[in-house]
Amino acid sequence: MTAFHPPAPSRRGAPLRALGVALIGAGALLAADAAEAYTVFVSNERGNSISVIDSETLTVTKTAKVGRRPRGITTSPDGKVIYLCASDEHAVQVIDPSSLKVLRKLKSGPDPELFALQPSGNPLYIANEDDNQVTVLDVEKNKVIAQVPVGTEPEGMAVSPDGKTLVATSETTNMAHFIDTGTFKIVGNVLVDARPRFAEFTSDGKKLFVSAEVGGTVSVVDPETRKIIHKITFKIPGVSQETIQPVGVRLTKDGKTAFVALGPANRVAVVNAETYEVEQYLLVGQRVWQLAFTPDEKLLFTTNGNSNDVSVIDVPNRKVIKSIKVGNAPWGVVVSPQ
Amino acid sequence: MSGAPAASPSPTRILGPRGYAICLGGIVWRELLRFVQQKERFLSALVRPLVWLFIFAAGFRSVLGVSIMPPYETYVLYEVYVTPGLAVMIQLFNGMQSSLSMVYDREVGSMRVLLTSPFPRWWLLFSKLIAGVAVSLAQVYVFLAIARLWGVDIPPLGYLTALPAFILTGLMLGAIGLVISSLVRQLENFASVMNFVIFPMFFASSALYPLWRVRDASEALYLVCLANPFTHAVEFVRFALYGAFDPLSGAVVLGTTIVFFALAVIAYDPGRGVMGRRGGPKGEAP
Repeated sequence: MTAFHPPAPSRRGAPLRALGVALIGAGALLAADAAEAYTVFVSNERGNSISVIDSETLTVTKTAKVGRRPRGITTSPDGKVIYLCASDEHAVQVIDPSSLKVLRKLKSGPDPELFALQPSGNPLYIANEDDNQVTVLDVEKNKVIAQVPVGTEPEGMAVSPDGKTLVATSETTNMAHFIDTGTFKIVGNVLVDARPRFAEFTSDGKKLFVSAEVGGTVSVVDPETRKIIHKITFKIPGVSQETIQPVGVRLTKDGKTAFVALGPANRVAVVNAETYEVEQYLLVGQRVWQLAFTPDEKLLFTTNGNSNDVSVIDVPNRKVIKSIKVGNAPWGVVVSPQ
Repeated sequence: MSGAPAASPSPTRILGPRGYAICLGGIVWRELLRFVQQKERFLSALVRPLVWLFIFAAGFRSVLGVSIMPPYETYVLYEVYVTPGLAVMIQLFNGMQSSLSMVYDREVGSMRVLLTSPFPRWWLLFSKLIAGVAVSLAQVYVFLAIARLWGVDIPPLGYLTALPAFILTGLMLGAIGLVISSLVRQLENFASVMNFVIFPMFFASSALYPLWRVRDASEALYLVCLANPFTHAVEFVRFALYGAFDPLSGAVVLGTTIVFFALAVIAYDPGRGVMGRRGGPKGEAP
C-alpha cells in the first residue's frame, strides 16, 4: 500500500499546466474566417415557394409563394432577376430577387425541370422532361428560338464556358447529348451510366462531369473527344450501395475539387477532380439533391428534399456547419452573384 | 501502514488555508501516483470507451442523421453523438473505481490513517473527490484526443468550455461513488456495484441514444432516463463541448453533487453514519 506521500512542490502543478497549455493551443486553432454576405434562393418543390437565406447569419429571411412545383432555379449573370422552372405551370418564371414578385412568365415548353443559361445571359436552354426535347428561349423577347429533340426524359443541362456547346442528359436514354449552340443540332452523344441527372463543366471547359443517379457513378468526359476519361464510384462504410445516387455536382473554379450530392445516402462526396479520388463524405440532410457555391467559394449550400432543410458546408474546412429548415421538399438552390 | 502519518511534513500543526491546500495536494498526489503506477488501469479506462467508439459506433453509423437536436446545428454521425456519453462513462467508471479504492483502503486500514487527520471530514472527502476528478480529466482528454484522430470533430474551443462541465460531472459521479463505497462492505461485493449501478446508469441514459428515440420506443423508459442523473451529466457535457449551456442539466448535476456529497459526509461520520455501525473489517483491531 502506498503511504500518504506529500506532494513534491516542484512537480505538483506540471500535469495541470500541461493540460492548460494544450487547451490554450487548441483554442488558438479556432480561426474566424468572415465570409461576405450573399443571398441564397431555394426552390421548395412541394411547398410551391422560394426560401431566401442570408449567407452570413445562415437564417431564412424570407419565404414567398411562386408557381406550382418549382424546381430548377438560376440567376442572370448580373443577379438582377431569378429564373425558376415552375414545372406544373409549364412556364419559367422571372422573379425579382428583392421583392420576390413574379415579374414575367416565359414560354418554356411543357414541364420544365432544369435549365442552363448562356454565359452571356441569353438564351436559356430548358429541358422538357415529358416531350423529350430542349427548348431554346430568348429571355428578352420571350420567344422560342429552337426546339431540339433529344433522348427520353432530358434533365441535366450544362453550357460550356465558351458558350459554344450545350450538354443535355436524358435520364432514360442514359446519354449526354452534345448540342452546338450555333446550329442547335446534336453533334455527338456519350453513353453514361443509368439515369444521368446532372452535368457540369470545369471552368476551363476541358472536362465535363455527368452524374448517374441509378448507376451510382459520375462520369468525367472529355468534351473534345467525347470520350469518358474516368468513372468516379462511391462507397460509404455503413451505407448501402443502392442509396448512393449521385445527382447535383459542383466544381471549384480552380477545377481541383468536385462536390457531388449523393441523394438518399445523405452525403456530399468531396472528390479530388484531378485524381478522381473521393476524399471525404460529408453528412447532410436526407435526399440531398442540388448544390450551390457562394461566389467566393467559402460556403456550399445543399438542398435536402426529404428532411426539408438546407445544409451549409464550410468549403475550405470541409465541414457541415449548419442545417437550416426551409419549405417543403427543397429542390434547387442558387446564390446571388453579388 | 505504520508510521505513515510521519511521512507527511506535519500538516497537523497548520490548519489554515495553507494546511487545507497541503491536505488536498497530498490526497490528489497520492491518487495520481496510484493512477500512474497502475498502467493497466489507465489502459483499461481508455480501451472501454474506445471499443464503443471504434466498434459499436461503426455499426450504428447510419442510425442517426435523422433529426437535428440541440446543441448540434446539423446532422451528426453516430460516433460524434456518442462521444460525450463515452467521455462521461470514463468518469462514471472512474468515480466507481475511486469508491472501490475507498473500500480497499478501509480493508487494508489506510483509511483509518487518513481519517485520523485533524482536518474536517468533509474536507478529506472533498479532497478525495478532487483527486478522482483530476485522474478522470486526464483519461477524458486523452480519449477526446484519440476520438479527434478518429474523425470526431468538436470545435477546438469546446475542449476548453467543457472543462468546468467535466469537473462538475466528475464531482457528481465521485460523490455517488463515495456514498456507494460507504455501503459496500467488502471488495468482493464490488461486482454487484457494476451490475446495479454502472450498467443501469449508463444504458438508461442519453449516452447511447437521444432521448427522443428512447421515447419513441417506450415512454416509461424515457421517464427513467430523464430521472437518471447520468443523462443530465452527459447532456451537460454535450452542450459544453459545443460552447453551449443547458440550464436544466446543469442544475440537476449541481443538485445531485450537493445531495450525494452531503450523504457521503454523513455516511462517513463514525458517530452517525453507516460506517460506524458497520465497523472495520474483521481481523483488524479498531
